[in-house]
Amino acid sequence: MDLVEFLVKTVTIVAVFGLTLVIAMYSTWAERKVAGFIQDRSGPNRAGWGGLLQPLADAGKMFFKEDFIPALANKWLFIAGPSLAMLTALLASAVIPFGSTFRIAGHEVPLQGVESNIGILYVFGVVALGVYGIMVGGWASNNKFSLLGAIRAASQNISYEVAMGLSLIAILMMSSSLSLGEIVAQQHGMNWNIFYQPLGFIIFITCSFAECNRVPFDLPECETELVGGYHTEYGSMKLGFYLFAEYINMFISSAIISVLYFGGYNYPGMDFVYEQLVKSLGTEVGHNIATLIGTAVFFGKALFFVFFYMWVRWTIPRFRYDQLMNLGWKKLIPLAIINILITGAAVLFLKPAITAWLN
Amino acid sequence: MNSAVSFFYFLSFLTILSAVMVVVSRNPIHSVLYLILTFFTLSGHYILLNAQFLAAVNIIVYAGAIMVLFLFVIMFLNMKQDQEEAKTNLTKIAATIVGGTVFVILFGAYRKTAIEPFNPQTYDSQVGMIENLGHMLFREYLLPFELASILLLVAMVGAVLLGKREIGERHF
Repeated sequence: MDLVEFLVKTVTIVAVFGLTLVIAMYSTWAERKVAGFIQDRSGPNRAGWGGLLQPLADAGKMFFKEDFIPALANKWLFIAGPSLAMLTALLASAVIPFGSTFRIAGHEVPLQGVESNIGILYVFGVVALGVYGIMVGGWASNNKFSLLGAIRAASQNISYEVAMGLSLIAILMMSSSLSLGEIVAQQHGMNWNIFYQPLGFIIFITCSFAECNRVPFDLPECETELVGGYHTEYGSMKLGFYLFAEYINMFISSAIISVLYFGGYNYPGMDFVYEQLVKSLGTEVGHNIATLIGTAVFFGKALFFVFFYMWVRWTIPRFRYDQLMNLGWKKLIPLAIINILITGAAVLFLKPAITAWLN
Repeated sequence: MNSAVSFFYFLSFLTILSAVMVVVSRNPIHSVLYLILTFFTLSGHYILLNAQFLAAVNIIVYAGAIMVLFLFVIMFLNMKQDQEEAKTNLTKIAATIVGGTVFVILFGAYRKTAIEPFNPQTYDSQVGMIENLGHMLFREYLLPFELASILLLVAMVGAVLLGKREIGERHF
């Protein structure tokens, strides 16, 4: 591999990493602002303008607190838990296509860390690993509430992964590609998957709520039953990592939802905008500005879903644990299988019929 | 030595080390975690062989699902180091003989196996890619593939039947 290519890749990956972290950081601020708005109060407003420095103040507080490890805890695994949670949360951002390409001196630089022909499988694998951070941390705490929280989290993640995978299969049948870049490119011109897969989208978003341990499925940290769930024994930055990993997961899953169902960086009228920009500013600058607009649209969609997570958190009460399991196994999985059957029939019979009729 | 070969040696070292640690660790949770590390390094080997689909599926199925269940059961059983029952000398001798025999068989098989020489003209580096794998599975090996899926379905139905609560049984 030549050095320039390597440097470009490094810069892209570091940028994607940094961007994910900053967005997760400001999600904590946004969460409290949204909570304040919904509950008719002002939220954080002391540190900086509109409380904008609040995440920094929180991080400072977390770092300076005493780093405590319980006497009977398994020391190494107690530290490994939050580290694993952060690691798996950050891994998934590598394959997300944030935009089309930049043209710099005749080179096309894709706005994506790694373009891989197994993109969505990679994301799925990383999501499946997300449960280890919680399980290891919960067990190592040597506390029965932590252990119960960890076990709840693990069984919930495994159960909802099945329905999530099945709802993805319907998308893959339509796109016949596992690459995220390819899936986005196919949705060009308002061919967004949400119009073809409304049921799949609902299943997917429900499962992503469960995978992120967010309300209404936040039973692993249900205070009324489990004190604090898997992070009962944690304090200082180790607790901070667990909470932070949740926000990173939220952003990643929002980005994946907008890539899979809402066309990623595509927006209506993008060809017209592209032509105008190229005509007035030349092929290089015009192309780059068009790409930037697409990236902004992508972030708009992803951040809308982050907002949606918060909106739901302050609107819907928590499920009971048996209700959660029944929803996952007895409702979502059969629905996802029906969705696959319908999609298969539509791809086989309906699509040729409509193409023939349109011609 | 080029970078791929040195990376291969590094990965192999890591694989063998973590596999040995699975056996040597006293704490069963540590064993499970080392086993997960072993699966990761095996996935690394698959990627070196350009079999990306196999690498991803290995992570999803083994590291993502099966090992979580292993960890689950071990955590519930709450095995402590001091509760481990002492092994008698007879068990130790029997285990050594069995392990040694397996090693001798594997070594003999390895020595007798003729590895097909690598031919750059006929070798297709894209054979592990998902499109080629799909064509292979659904054209040439369709019947075995479907039979395997039916076998899995039967196993799944059996598991559900075993786990089902019978009429009149107590609700906990």
